[in-house]
Amino acid sequence: MISDNGFRNDNGRDSFTLKVVRVLHLDPFLLFGILLLSMTGMVVLYSAGDQSIALINKQTTRLVLAFAIMLALAHVSPAGLRFWSPWIYGIGIILLVLVLLVGDVGKGAQRWLDLGFIRFQPSEMMKLATPMMLAWFLSDKPLPPTAKTLLVAAVLLLLPTLLIAKQPDLGTALLIFTAGFFVVFLGGLSWRLLIGLGISGAALLPVLWHYMHDYQRNRVLTFLNPESDPLGTGYHIIQSKIAIGSGGVYGRGWLNGSQSHLDFLPEQSTDFIYAVFAEEFGLIGGILLLTLYAFIVLRGLVIAVNAQDTYGRLLGGSLSMTFFVYLFVNVGMVSGILPVVGVPLPLISYGGTSMVTLMASFGMLMSINTHRKIWAR
Amino acid sequence: MSRRTLIKDHLLEAMLFRRRAWVMAVFCLVFIIILLVRLVNLQVIEHKHFDKLSENNRVRLMAIAPNRGLIFDRNGVVLAENRPSYRLEIIPEQVDDMDGLLAELGQLVELDEMTLKRFLKAIPRSRPFEGIPLRTKLSDDEVARLAVNRYKFPGMEITARLSRYYPLGESAAHVIGYVGRIDEDELKYVDETQYAGTSHIGKTGLERFYEKELHGEVGHQSVEVNVEGRILRVLDKKQPIPGNDLILSLDSRMQSVAEQALGDYNGAVVAMNPNNGEVLAMVSMPGYDPNLFVHGISIKDYRRLQNPEKRPMYNRALYGQYPPGSTVKPFVALAGLENKIMGHKESIPCEGYYLLPNEERKYRDWKKTGHGHIDMEDSLAQSCDVYYYELSYRLGIDRMHAFLQQFGFGSPTGVDILGERSGLLPSREWKQRTRNKIWFPGETLIAGIGQGYVLATPMQLASATSILAMRGQGYKPRLLKEIRDPALGENRSIDAVALAPVKLNRQTNWEHVIKGMISVVHGIRGTARAVGGGLKFQMAGKTGTAQVFGVAQDEEYDEDVIAKKHRDHALFVTFAPADKPEIAIAVIAENGSSGSGVAAPIARKVLDTWMETQEQK
Repeated sequence: MISDNGFRNDNGRDSFTLKVVRVLHLDPFLLFGILLLSMTGMVVLYSAGDQSIALINKQTTRLVLAFAIMLALAHVSPAGLRFWSPWIYGIGIILLVLVLLVGDVGKGAQRWLDLGFIRFQPSEMMKLATPMMLAWFLSDKPLPPTAKTLLVAAVLLLLPTLLIAKQPDLGTALLIFTAGFFVVFLGGLSWRLLIGLGISGAALLPVLWHYMHDYQRNRVLTFLNPESDPLGTGYHIIQSKIAIGSGGVYGRGWLNGSQSHLDFLPEQSTDFIYAVFAEEFGLIGGILLLTLYAFIVLRGLVIAVNAQDTYGRLLGGSLSMTFFVYLFVNVGMVSGILPVVGVPLPLISYGGTSMVTLMASFGMLMSINTHRKIWAR
Repeated sequence: MSRRTLIKDHLLEAMLFRRRAWVMAVFCLVFIIILLVRLVNLQVIEHKHFDKLSENNRVRLMAIAPNRGLIFDRNGVVLAENRPSYRLEIIPEQVDDMDGLLAELGQLVELDEMTLKRFLKAIPRSRPFEGIPLRTKLSDDEVARLAVNRYKFPGMEITARLSRYYPLGESAAHVIGYVGRIDEDELKYVDETQYAGTSHIGKTGLERFYEKELHGEVGHQSVEVNVEGRILRVLDKKQPIPGNDLILSLDSRMQSVAEQALGDYNGAVVAMNPNNGEVLAMVSMPGYDPNLFVHGISIKDYRRLQNPEKRPMYNRALYGQYPPGSTVKPFVALAGLENKIMGHKESIPCEGYYLLPNEERKYRDWKKTGHGHIDMEDSLAQSCDVYYYELSYRLGIDRMHAFLQQFGFGSPTGVDILGERSGLLPSREWKQRTRNKIWFPGETLIAGIGQGYVLATPMQLASATSILAMRGQGYKPRLLKEIRDPALGENRSIDAVALAPVKLNRQTNWEHVIKGMISVVHGIRGTARAVGGGLKFQMAGKTGTAQVFGVAQDEEYDEDVIAKKHRDHALFVTFAPADKPEIAIAVIAENGSSGSGVAAPIARKVLDTWMETQEQK
C-alpha cells in the first residue's frame, strides 16, 4: 500500500536512501513516477526529434533546472507557501495587465513579458498562483463555502482567466480556470450549484462563440470536422490520427514511426509528441503510459487527502487534478476528441516552460507531504 | 447566518475533502477510460484504415521521364543530343513568402525580370507539389552557391536534368526543329501518363514530327518521401524506355555547304536522291539557333527572330511559296510534246513579244530583241518566253493543269515535317471557286512561264525535278532514313515510298526535254553554261527568274532603280548525272535577280560536295 511517508525496511530502521529522501523532503512514490515519466519522455523525444542529441541535451538541462525548482519548493513549508500565495497572485495579476499593455506578440498573441533580463509568460505563473490564492482564501473560511465566499472566489478565479483569455490564449485560460475550479470543488461547492452553473455555462456558449477570435472559431470548426480543411487547420489532427491509428496494438517500434520521421506530423516533439509515442509503441505503450500518469495523479490525491490543513488539501488536490487535465486535454486533442488548444503532454513534450511549472507543482505536493507537525502523527 | 456555520470543523472538513477526493479519483478513472476507448478505436478498430493512409502518406509514385532519342545525320554526325544541365525549381506549396524567397535567391543567382515574370505566370498553371523551373542552365558557381544555402529555402530544389542540345547550332535548324516546354495547349492533347515526367516536347521540324518515336516510354518509381516531398528512399522502380534515335538521310556537310552558298540571300536549297526520295539537304536561310528555345527564349532574341525582312524562323524550303518562273518550262514543254501540240523539232518565231488573237496586250520575252526561230531544245537552253506563250496558248489551261499536277505541283509532297504548303497550280475550277471569275486565255500564257498564279515551294520543285529526272518514277521525299532502338541497338530502315509514276505515251519525250535541260548547262548559249565546266558527267538544269514586282506594260525593268526587296527571285533546278540521275537540287535565292548568275552557282557548289562524297566512297 501507499503509506504516508515512504518505506521502512524490515528491522524498522531507515535505509540510507530513505534518509536522503527524507532530508530532501521528497516523496519516493511521486519521485519514482516523475523520474520514470521523464525518462520515457527522453526516449520518445529522441525519436521524435530525429535522434538529435542536442535536443536531448537541452531537454535534460531544463529537466535538471526544473528538478532544482522542485527541490527548492519541497523545502518550503506549506505554511510558507500559504503566506506567499496572495503576494504571488497579486504580482501575477499586475504582470498580466502589463502583458496586455506592453507585451510582446508571439504567434499572434500577447503572452510574453520582457523584463530586460528575462522573458517569461505571466500566464504560466498564474497556473500555480491561482489555485494557491483560492486555497489560501478558502483555507480560513468554514467549508462548505457560503454564498458570499463563493462570490469572492469566483472573482479571484475569473480575474486571471479573463485577462489571459484576452491575450488571447484560450487554452491556458481554461486550464487556469479549471485549476481554480478544482480548489472550489474540493472545498465543498454544492452539487446543486455545480449543476446549475453547468447548465448556465452551456447556455452561455453561443455568447462565448460570439466573442471568439476567428482563429479560435476555426479551431473549433476544424475539430468538429477536420477533413473539411485537410491542408489547412485540419492537417494537424488528420496527420496525428493517422500516426496513432497506424501504430496499432504493438506499434511500429522505437525510431520506426514513419509518420513521425517523415515529418508528416506537425509539432512532433512538442504538443503532438503523443502521436509519435502511439505510432511507435502502440496501444500497449499507451495503456502503460496512461497507467503511469494515473499513478502520479492518484499519489497526488492521496497526499492531498492526508494533508494536515485545508490549504494543503485544497492546493494538493487541485495541483494533482490539473496535472490530469493536462494529460487528458493533450491526449484528447492529439487523438481528435478535443480541439487543438496547445497544451503539452506533461513531462514528455519538448519545452521548458510547462516543465518548470509542473515540477514546481510537484515540489509543492512534496512539501505538503513531508512538512508535518509532530502532533498529527 | 448561524454561528455554527462560521466555526471551522476540521474533522467534518477532512471528511468532506475525502469524499470529494474520491469523486475526483472516479472522475480521473472515467476520463482515462474515455481516452482508452478512443485509442482502442484508432489503434485497433480503425487501424487498417489509418495504416493505409499512412502508407499513402509516405509512398509517392513518381514518373521518370525517358531519355529523348538522339538525331544523327546519314554519316552519324550528331544533330540533336541530351546534355546534363542544372536547374532551379520552386515548389510553391512549400514556400510561405514567395516574394521574400525570390528576392533572396536573386542575391545568389541572376534572375532577370523576364525570368521572374515567366515563373510567376507558371505558378497557377502547374500541377500541385510540382517543382516549377525558375532558372535553367545554372552555372557550376551558381549551383554551388545555391547548394550551400539550400537549407534556408524550403521548397527550393536544384535538379539535374538532361536538356536538349543542338551541336550544329543554326545549321539544319529548320529540319531538326527544337523542343520547348510543354504549353497549355499541348497539355490538352498529350498522353498524361506518358508525359507525366516530361517537361519538353518537340515544337517544330523533325522534333515535332517524330515526337512519338523520340519521346520513349515513361518509367515509374515509388519513393518514400517526407512532407516536403524530398525523396528519402526508392522502394520500387520501373525504368523508362528511352526514345528511339533518328538517323536522317540528311548530309550535314552538304547542308552546311548549301547554307554557306546561299550566303546573305534569303532563300532555300533542297537536294534529294531521286532514286528513293531521301532528302540530302534542306536549307532555309537565314537560320536561327534552336538552342535558344530549349530553355525558353528571351524577348530580345525572339524579337530579333521576328525580323519581318529576314524571318529566320520561317522554313522557306517547305513554307515559302514562290512563282517558279522558268523552272516550270521543262514540264510545260513535256506537256506540249505529250499532247502532240508541239513537235520537238518544231520552231517558233520569237520577236521579243507575243500577241494573243484579238488582244492588244504584248506578252514580252525577257529578251527584248527576241530569239528568232527557236525549237524546244533551244527554248529551254535560252529560256525563251515566247515559245512557251505559243505552247501554252495551244495547250490551254485545262491540259496544262492536268499534266503538271502529275509532278506534284499544287499539292504537298508529303515530306516528314508538318505544315508543308501546297503551292498553287491554277485551273479554271480553282479561279471560279476562289475568285468567282472566269479564266482568261492570257493567264494561261503567264502560267506557262511559271508566273501569275503559279506558286511552288522549293521542296515541290526538287520533288518535281526528281520525277522528271527519273523519267516519271518519283519517290516521296523524306528526311528519316533509319530508326534505331537504343535499348536493342537495332536499326530499322524506312522504306522508300514510290509515287504513282508519270506515264508518257512516248518515252522519248523525256529525253527530248532532258536534252534541252542539258543544253541549259552545257549548250553554247545555255543560260547556265557558266556552271557546267569541270564535270565528269552531264547535268541537266533550268534557270528561272521570277518576277516579284509587276512591271507596267511599257516600263523597263531596271535592276538598279528597283529596291532590293522588289528584285526578281533567282531560281535553279537541276539533276545529275543527266542519264542516270543520283541527285536533284532546287535552289531559290530571294531577290537574287538572276537564276543563272546567283542560283545556278549555288546548286553547283552543292553538286560538287555530292561528287566529293561519291569519290570518297
